[in-house]
Amino acid sequence: MSAEELKQLKPGQSPHEPEKATLEGKNKFLGFWFFLGGETVLFASLFGTYLALKDSNLDGKPAEELFGLELVFIMTMILLTSSLTSVYAIYHMKNLDFQKMQLWMGITVLLGLSFLGLEIFEFYEYVHHDGHTFTSSAFGSAFYTLVGFHGAHVAFGLLWIVTLMVRNARRGLNLYNAPKYYVASLYWHFIDVVWVFIFTVVYLMGKVG
Amino acid sequence: MSTAYAQKNGFFAGLWDYLTTVDHKKIAILYLIAGGFFFLVGGIEAMLIRIQLIQPDNEFVSAGLYNQLLTMHGTTMIFLAAMPLIFTLMNIAVPLQIGARDVAFPFLNSLGFWLFFFGGVLLNCSWFMGGAPDAGWTAYAPLSTTSPGHGVDFYVMGLQISGAGTLIGGINFLVTIINMRAPGMTYMRMPLFTWSSLVTSVLILFAFPALTVGLFLMMFDRLFGANFFDPSMGGNHVIWEHLFWIFGHPEVYILVLPLFGLFSDIISTFSKKRLFGYSAMVFATVLIGFLGFMVWAHHMFTTGLGPVANSIFAIATMAIAVPTGIKIFNWLFTMWGGSIRMTVPMLWTVAFIPSFTLGGFGGVMLAAAAADYQYHDTYFVVAHFHYVIVGGVVFGLFAGLTYWWPKMFGTMLNEKMGKLAFWPFFFGFHLTFFIQHFLGLMGMPRRYWKFQPDQGLEIGNLVSTLGAFLMAIGTIIFLINVVITTIKGEKVSGDPWDARTLEWSIPSPPPFYNFTQTPLVRGLDALWVEKRHGNGKMTPAEPLGDIHMPNNSFIPFMMSLGLFIAGFGFIYQVDNSSYLILAVLGMAITLLSMFVRSVKDDLGYHIHKEDLEKGAGSE
Amino acid sequence: MARDTNSTSTEFYRKKNKEEMKYQLVTFAAMIVFTLVSFGLVIGEFHPMFTIPVIILLACVQVAFQLYYFMHMNHKGHGLPALFLYSGVFVAILTILAMVTIVWW
Repeated sequence: MSAEELKQLKPGQSPHEPEKATLEGKNKFLGFWFFLGGETVLFASLFGTYLALKDSNLDGKPAEELFGLELVFIMTMILLTSSLTSVYAIYHMKNLDFQKMQLWMGITVLLGLSFLGLEIFEFYEYVHHDGHTFTSSAFGSAFYTLVGFHGAHVAFGLLWIVTLMVRNARRGLNLYNAPKYYVASLYWHFIDVVWVFIFTVVYLMGKVG
Repeated sequence: MSTAYAQKNGFFAGLWDYLTTVDHKKIAILYLIAGGFFFLVGGIEAMLIRIQLIQPDNEFVSAGLYNQLLTMHGTTMIFLAAMPLIFTLMNIAVPLQIGARDVAFPFLNSLGFWLFFFGGVLLNCSWFMGGAPDAGWTAYAPLSTTSPGHGVDFYVMGLQISGAGTLIGGINFLVTIINMRAPGMTYMRMPLFTWSSLVTSVLILFAFPALTVGLFLMMFDRLFGANFFDPSMGGNHVIWEHLFWIFGHPEVYILVLPLFGLFSDIISTFSKKRLFGYSAMVFATVLIGFLGFMVWAHHMFTTGLGPVANSIFAIATMAIAVPTGIKIFNWLFTMWGGSIRMTVPMLWTVAFIPSFTLGGFGGVMLAAAAADYQYHDTYFVVAHFHYVIVGGVVFGLFAGLTYWWPKMFGTMLNEKMGKLAFWPFFFGFHLTFFIQHFLGLMGMPRRYWKFQPDQGLEIGNLVSTLGAFLMAIGTIIFLINVVITTIKGEKVSGDPWDARTLEWSIPSPPPFYNFTQTPLVRGLDALWVEKRHGNGKMTPAEPLGDIHMPNNSFIPFMMSLGLFIAGFGFIYQVDNSSYLILAVLGMAITLLSMFVRSVKDDLGYHIHKEDLEKGAGSE
Repeated sequence: MARDTNSTSTEFYRKKNKEEMKYQLVTFAAMIVFTLVSFGLVIGEFHPMFTIPVIILLACVQVAFQLYYFMHMNHKGHGLPALFLYSGVFVAILTILAMVTIVWW
């Protein structure tokens, strides 16, 4: 079984769900979903903390003065689009078309990178123009921890996907790496799910006041 | 290829084997050694606490050291003794009980152990590096955030690392139980220990992230100048209390549920009866798990949450008595009319039932929010949770270790000495903790270094300390038993207890691939079904064929070591920012190890059919 | 399972995947629209008592789309992932509820 797992899969072959064709793949699939269940609680704890402390801005600017919606809107659009591009990647994986899968994964990575760049720019602005820092108030601590945890997830996801792409660039899709790609795409979607709540709860609700 | 699984000899080869092993049976032994060691450390801390309290105004230890001792006793016993010893039992039994060759993620199994191990070592390094944490095992802010020195930093980093290991272990057992069951092993045919391990793993999955976040916030506050728990900067203490107990209350069910399952298996085995009310037991286990998430604020009744919140949490807490009661009665009914053998595991189990029930009564009393204002932070609470944790978890661990000892090591613990260990421990336990209920009702606060003379507290405390010595004697006899048994090394059969479940259908200790052929399960208590209706052996579900096995790996050790090093870096960068180098170095080791793991294919290897016929791997 | 090359079944799955991709695009369009509406409500400065529930609802619907279409939870064999995700959501809601109501000061 194990050597066969490394046999390259080409378009037109079976199976149509390469990510779940082996027991290892099935285990990864299930284990990763469970992990995401745990991550839900992790982010809920961070959201809860943020909601409890969001008005503790002391002398610093309150949320409605601090946040600008233009940048957040652009970031949101970028991340939502990157979710779609990783759907395209998995679509091509199911058709066993490795080259196209890599291409769409690559686009996902580029979008993720630009999201991360904008986030760093945003943080830089807050720190240097608004005096809104990690240590300036409980609001600052809670904001950077919540949004920063999400940013760290994005950064880790990028490292992960790039490693996968480089490692498998020459040998193509097989039953051994298909579950890895699939799980990485699940992770990426989850990051997007968290962001939907961040832009709603942190930025939009912050703006409403 | 066929030499890949040949036995290597020599101490270093053996050590290397254990450092790199991914075999669940060897990982069980690692958990046993490490968890057993920390259990003894925690026990010594307990003895020092009790000696300090043997008489009023005692000066045996200083006030500061006393705070460290009681903090480390609680933290060690919960995170570094009870959790790993439960993982010992889960590792040795769960894959065997469901007819699997290994867990779903053998690599992660190893990683989980090494994370726990290095987290525990990091935490205990604090003793030698300026003092242990001293803010109680609950580390309430602002006591913890303002505690001087690095003690609490060690608490935060140590628990963060070992907590990650536990979370990984939980996911691993979930997938194992769901995906790796042998043909015919439906959910409703799983032994109760496997069922309760499944529910426990669910609790781990959803409870530990809250602790992870809580510890991160504490770390940011203490080490990086954040203000989560600093009211002068807009922070709030109550957030820590919530996060800690959202994790902390499910945690106590995480501890006790697997042992509920174990007791069910033991009672059924030694009563020679099918478990009474199997499906009700499963239901009760799931219900306890579910309710376990809705009661955390009963630890915070006196925090000032208001009457509405207090009432809701009081009622939810009392509701837990219902499924627990179902369990108690089912155990009694299983024994009723059975042909009972009073072996050592059975002895611990029978002792557990009244002991734990007493703890439960105390729990219902504490659940009454109005009355809790009287009990809160007194020895009544101490008595209650030791009754459930020692009477439930520790009794269970002794029972489970004795029960599965032959499966782990191929030799039986001596029954006579087992009973000799039981009686002093049992009486010592009740002497120590029963009287603490009354000390609490008389107003003795918990966690105090000293108590005053002439307040009627002397006798109670003296009795309590004497009881603790009896518990220590029981533990020492158990250890002597282990040593003697190991030296004698008398081999036993695969089924020394005449038991009912799948793990007893294979030799003791099992070959490293567990089942030569995956068994076909034909009912609840799979082996018993074959003993009664078949030829006493499991029917194979597959023809003899090659077996796929995972490779050993040193990477889990390196990943955990990296975090261990980084932990020191994070702690000491407060004093001198050049320690950040250590943090960077540690994280680099971890990330590099992860990178190696991702780019290197790990396909495992095969044991060939011909070698299996020759008996490869079996003794 | 069928590891052989069966061209008709391959064609079948190819078509099925394509069909699904259409739904994915619709999902994406819906997500973008929801996002625009959310931002629009905030920029338009409607009453907070109206805006806040609506944008939270839109976020939840958007996430459901993401989960069921992008993450394939509408496919077979996702019973357990759904069970565990919803269990996580249950604990998550309890946690957030506690943090916004009973963080006593």
